[in-house]
Formats: sequence, C-alpha cells, structure tokens
Amino acid sequence: MSSITVDSVTHRFRSKRRDVVALENVSLEIEDSSFTCLVGASGCGKSTLLNIMAGLVRNTAGSVSLDGKIVEGPGPERGMVFQSYALYPWLKVRDNIEFGLSLSGTSPKARRHISENLLTELNLVEFANSYPHELSGGMQQRVAIARALANEPKVLLMDEPFGALDALTRASAQQFLTQLWSDHKRTIVFVTHDVEEALILADRIVVLSPRPGRVREVVDVPFERPRTAALTTSAEFGHAKERILNLIFEGSS
Amino acid sequence: MQMPIARRTSIILAVSGLASVVLIWSVITYGGFVSAFFLPTPTAVADAFVQLILHKDFLSDIAVSFGRILAGFGISAAVAIPIGIGIGAFRAIQSALEPIFAAARYMPASAFIPLLIIWFGIGESEKIAVIVIGVFFPLVLLVADVASNTPRQFLQIAYTLGASQWQGFWRVFLRSSLPGIVDILRVAFGWAWTYLIVAELVAASKGIGYVILASSRYQRTDEIIAGVLTIGALGLLTDLIFRIVYVRLFPYSERVAQR
Repeated sequence: MSSITVDSVTHRFRSKRRDVVALENVSLEIEDSSFTCLVGASGCGKSTLLNIMAGLVRNTAGSVSLDGKIVEGPGPERGMVFQSYALYPWLKVRDNIEFGLSLSGTSPKARRHISENLLTELNLVEFANSYPHELSGGMQQRVAIARALANEPKVLLMDEPFGALDALTRASAQQFLTQLWSDHKRTIVFVTHDVEEALILADRIVVLSPRPGRVREVVDVPFERPRTAALTTSAEFGHAKERILNLIFEGSS
Repeated sequence: MQMPIARRTSIILAVSGLASVVLIWSVITYGGFVSAFFLPTPTAVADAFVQLILHKDFLSDIAVSFGRILAGFGISAAVAIPIGIGIGAFRAIQSALEPIFAAARYMPASAFIPLLIIWFGIGESEKIAVIVIGVFFPLVLLVADVASNTPRQFLQIAYTLGASQWQGFWRVFLRSSLPGIVDILRVAFGWAWTYLIVAELVAASKGIGYVILASSRYQRTDEIIAGVLTIGALGLLTDLIFRIVYVRLFPYSERVAQR
C-alpha cells in the first residue's frame, strides 16, 4: 500500500525582493495504485508540489507523507521523471537503467536481470548498448521511466514527462504508460498542462488555481479503460475537457 | 552557423588553408619582393631547422622546453582542478575564493617575472613558476565554470534514485564535469606554451625561447622563424593528442572538442 497524504502544504519563496506564495494550504489524499494528474495554468505551483512530494523542494509549512511517513528529502521509494529526461550521457542505456541499483550495491547479476526485463518491457532491447544521445526523444523518455522503475519505487512522480514529444510520439507514450501502470500497479502522480492528456491518463485530476496555488477542485475521471483514440472525439470527453478548462481559468480573466 | 561538413571536405579545406599560407610566403620570398634578411625563403628556414638540430643541439632545447611545460602545466592542473571543482560545487567555497582568482587572472604572468627571479633565481623553478602563474588562475575559473554548469536535474535524479551526497558528488557531479575539464586542459596547455616562451625570453640559457632570442642577436631570421614554427608544430601536436584522448575517453560526446 502506498498512499500519499499532502497536509496543508504551503510554499513561499523570495523572488526579486518580493515574497511569492507558490502554494497555499494544499491538502490532498492520493490513493494507493491510483493515477493522479495535477493540472493548472503555468505558475500554479503544480511542479513545485510534485517536487515537494519528491523531497527536492522544502515546503514552508505543512507536510507530505508516504504511507504515514513524513517526507524529509528525496529517496528511492519515490522515483522521478523529468520532461528533460536527464539521462546521464556518459552511461549506456542499460547502465542508465541500472544506475539506482548500482548506488544501493545490488549485485551486477541482479541488476542485469532487472534491466533486461525493463529493456524488454519498454521495447529498448536493441538499444541497450547505445548512448542516450543516439536515441529519439520518445525512446529517451522510456529509458528515463525504466531508470525510475528499476528501483521499484512505491510512487512514480512525473513532471510533464511527455511535454517535449511530438503529438504522435506523445500519444503512443501515453498508451504505453497506461499499460505500464496497469501492469506494475504503482501510484503515479503526473503533472501536465494538457487537459486532454490528463483525461486520457488519470483516475483523478487535481485542478490547481494560479498564484497562490490552491486546490480548486478534484475531478474523478469517469471514462472506462482502455481509453482509445475514439474517446477523445466523443461528446462526453469534450464536455469534461471544457469543464476542467473552465475550472483552470475561472476567475483569472 | 556550425553546419556539419563532410570529413573529407574538412581535411581538404584544412590542407589548402595551410598550403595557401606557404604559397604566399613562397611567392613573396622566391619572387624577391622582400629581402631575405627580413623574411627568408621556406627552403632557407627548413635548412636552418636542420642545421639547428644537427649542429646546435636544438633537440635538447626542445626537450628542456617540453619538460618545463609539463612541470608547469602539471602543477597548475593538479592544484587548479580540485579548487575549481570546489568553487563550482560549493557556494561557500565560491564566495570565499572566486574574487581572489578573478582578480589574479588580470595580473599578467610576465609582470611577475622580476619578482619570481628574486624569489627563485634564474633556474628551472623560475621558468616553471611563470607558467604556473600564467596558467593556474584562469584554469581555476574555467574548471569552476564547467563544474557549476552540471545540470541540476542530474543530481536531483541521483538523489531520487537513492544516492548519498557523496555518491551524487563523485558519480554524477564529477563524472558529468569530466569532459569539459579535459577540454579546458587542452586549451590551458596552449597557454602554457605562451608563458613558457615568455619565461625563456628572459634570463634563460636553454630552451626554444632562448634559441629564438639568441638567433635574434645574430640577426638569424631563418633560425627565428624555424624556432617559431617549431613551437607552432609542437602546439598543434599536443592539441591533437588532447583531442584524440578526448574522443577515446568520451565516445558518447556529440561534440568532438571544437574550441
């Protein structure tokens, strides 16, 4: 069981001699094995909230806990995937995937076993000995996800991971992530500014309001899985999208 | 601007660039446009070079110069790399040390020569000290710059994968800075050549710079040019060695050292 509790989290920082409240009194319950998307206009603090969950940013007040244990810094039970992939250019694909395991002193044989499985699962076998720069953006992002998964984290935190991909690659990335999530049954928190993407991926969508970032509403996504391309052209999908867009921009214009 | 061109094209361009310099040199010297005293012909310079090696023990001058460079560069690099990494990695070290190096780099090494002669005399250690002073300070700043450019997300990812601070520093921060540091060493080796000659033009009795100065006393322009070209060729050779090492060490690098 891996649930995340965000309890009255506030985050302030100083920028150009003025205090900015990035997040104000944000509380959330993220259930075990659920897929949650954080959406909001740019500057609403959705990435900051994700980074606080990862332990990479220290919140000013409130707390985040994973299975009742308060998060005090980054740790291997919370894997992170960035939009920029942040693959290590000096390591081959296989070694990138095994990086976390090598930090914890897992034996080379066990590491190899885990990376082989992930390479197969993410369709990267023939690129095992390539360097990241030899791969396309979509493949690089799969390697970044495999690297996070190799550690068997309880939670996967993803910060606009498909933001740099073209539309077609992006659609197939969404498909494989959904597949991965249903196979691995891992809790995923996914930041995006793309409402359609959120509707395709998530069980629940958390809509944040901009400056200061507050939870405006938590929307349960009603669509059955698997969600196909046909869904995105349906009337219900259109309505849901409009409703969330209205929530995002409510009061801002 | 930096559009890729075929390797063959690039080699042809490089060779024809060099050839055109020799061609212009040949035209104005063999053609008698300038006096042989000011600018000797290529053959006269080649002959002077052979004579220097056969009769004036030029090879041992080259060896002495090379030894000074290796010592001066080696000392500079050995001290500058850890300090530069410290400045690039830790804010506190940066605040404490960066102003010192930023100021020191503007003091030309040649201005220190009189002082260094008083401190070290006119022997080897003074020559090496000139190189160290010329190379060390800017090297620290460039290494610091490379180190501080390590993408923050490289480290953040490492921590979310369970890295300790120590592992983050050694396995990500340092490893990520390594290609940039090797590339900077290549550039710094070029500086070392400059300061070597500066050092050898003052109070030396051996070395390429000394040979050039001595030739000047006898107005041997052919020997001066032979000496200058020798420095150029050796500089090019060491640069090439650094590039080969870079490509061997960092096969993943998209950019084969361009500076």
